[in-house]
Amino acid sequence: MSVASALSTKPERVVRFSVIQRLTHWCVAILFGVLMFTAVPLYFGSFFGVVFERHVIAQIHLWCGLVLPIPVIASLLGPWGAPMRRDLRRVNYWTRAELRWIKYVGRRALETDKYNPGQKLNTIFTGSSILVMLATGALLQWFRLFPVSWREGATSVHDAFAYALFAVIGGHVALALTHRDALRSMFSGTVSMKWARSHTPGWAREEGLDGVENS
Amino acid sequence: MSEPHSSRRAASIGAAEGANRRLPVGRRVFLGVTALGALGVLVGGSVQNFASDTLGTGLGGLLPFGNRFRYYTVTGTYPKISKKRYRLEVTGLVDRPKTFTLDELRALPSVSFTKTFQCVTGWKVPDVAWRGVRLSDVLKEVGVQLGAVALTFESYDGLDTESLSVEQAHLSDVLVAYEMLGAPVTRAHGGPVRLYVAPMFGYKSLKWLSAIRVVDQVQPGFWEQNGYPVNGWLDGTTAAKNPNPELT
Repeated sequence: MSVASALSTKPERVVRFSVIQRLTHWCVAILFGVLMFTAVPLYFGSFFGVVFERHVIAQIHLWCGLVLPIPVIASLLGPWGAPMRRDLRRVNYWTRAELRWIKYVGRRALETDKYNPGQKLNTIFTGSSILVMLATGALLQWFRLFPVSWREGATSVHDAFAYALFAVIGGHVALALTHRDALRSMFSGTVSMKWARSHTPGWAREEGLDGVENS
Repeated sequence: MSEPHSSRRAASIGAAEGANRRLPVGRRVFLGVTALGALGVLVGGSVQNFASDTLGTGLGGLLPFGNRFRYYTVTGTYPKISKKRYRLEVTGLVDRPKTFTLDELRALPSVSFTKTFQCVTGWKVPDVAWRGVRLSDVLKEVGVQLGAVALTFESYDGLDTESLSVEQAHLSDVLVAYEMLGAPVTRAHGGPVRLYVAPMFGYKSLKWLSAIRVVDQVQPGFWEQNGYPVNGWLDGTTAAKNPNPELT
């Protein structure tokens, strides 16, 4: 197919998330869901006069926590990891305009990249939290290998980050439910070109979807 | 899945990185958050203590860094035992096996003291007031026989068990407790009567105490069977006899 014909038969929809990315997202989402669900009775002892005994809940929580990083790492490594690695670079490198956008809480014009700065922050925070929760959780589980004061600190950090994660993930879910096209793309993988142009113009321009023939 | 634009996308990102994409904000935030977590592990304990010292256990207890009780049970439910129907059965290698009512326990000489409640998982609650009868006084009532080595404790939850050596059971700060935090021990805290082994981590202080059996060898309890030390001294040592009693 020549370049000219490719441009003239531009698809109606454009790929936003690869299969691997979607699979990773939903694996992580389910694991986070189970972790949060089991966290509640573990944190509020008085909550659970129900169903399982603590030991079982703690084991489920532990194993989900240990498994959580695996889909993330697997999605980044290997020949299938290219889309994930590209998106990670997008999340990592910011323009000054994006920093300004964060500073003024979105009240600044921005030619939005594939992900807006808020989405980027969400990714970075959730990613780093996975590491912090894994480390402090492991410290709590295998406490005898560490000083008692570390265990105290790990309890506090695990709690504090849990509070933050509940808030951030709650916000993430609320935004997803109010932005149905974006949510749908996490199932189908694609967004319409119209959506891409209006919501992520920077990305659309990179992709050559902005309607301007640049051949 | 085909990605028709992938090569062009990669090229354009490369070009953009050269032009205006040179702030690795993601990496910095990632490292910052991770460092914050690590710092919290190292100083979190002190922050926790500071919070409860300045805010008191009430307000401090509301913060994630604050001191608060976390309620653990091994069955997932809190047994409900009325004060009237409560019984403590003491049997085994004793001269006079006896079943105590709550009133009979209250009639024995009582002691009270205030101490930090310290859980093996890292949280603690300072200044918890306790009142009860010394375990040694209960044992005096029934007469421990020669050849007795240890005590096995049973809970009304039907599953949790604990153990102490006879020597540990005679420490002056090991209580059969019926008051905690200035009031009768609540159901969630293991009421109406629970064990309080002050020099050891919280898991040794069995809740909803139903029976004490004097036996000829240590039988590891529920948490010990799940990996906790049989001798859970607060200073982290695990020998039968605590070498630094003043530290606990």
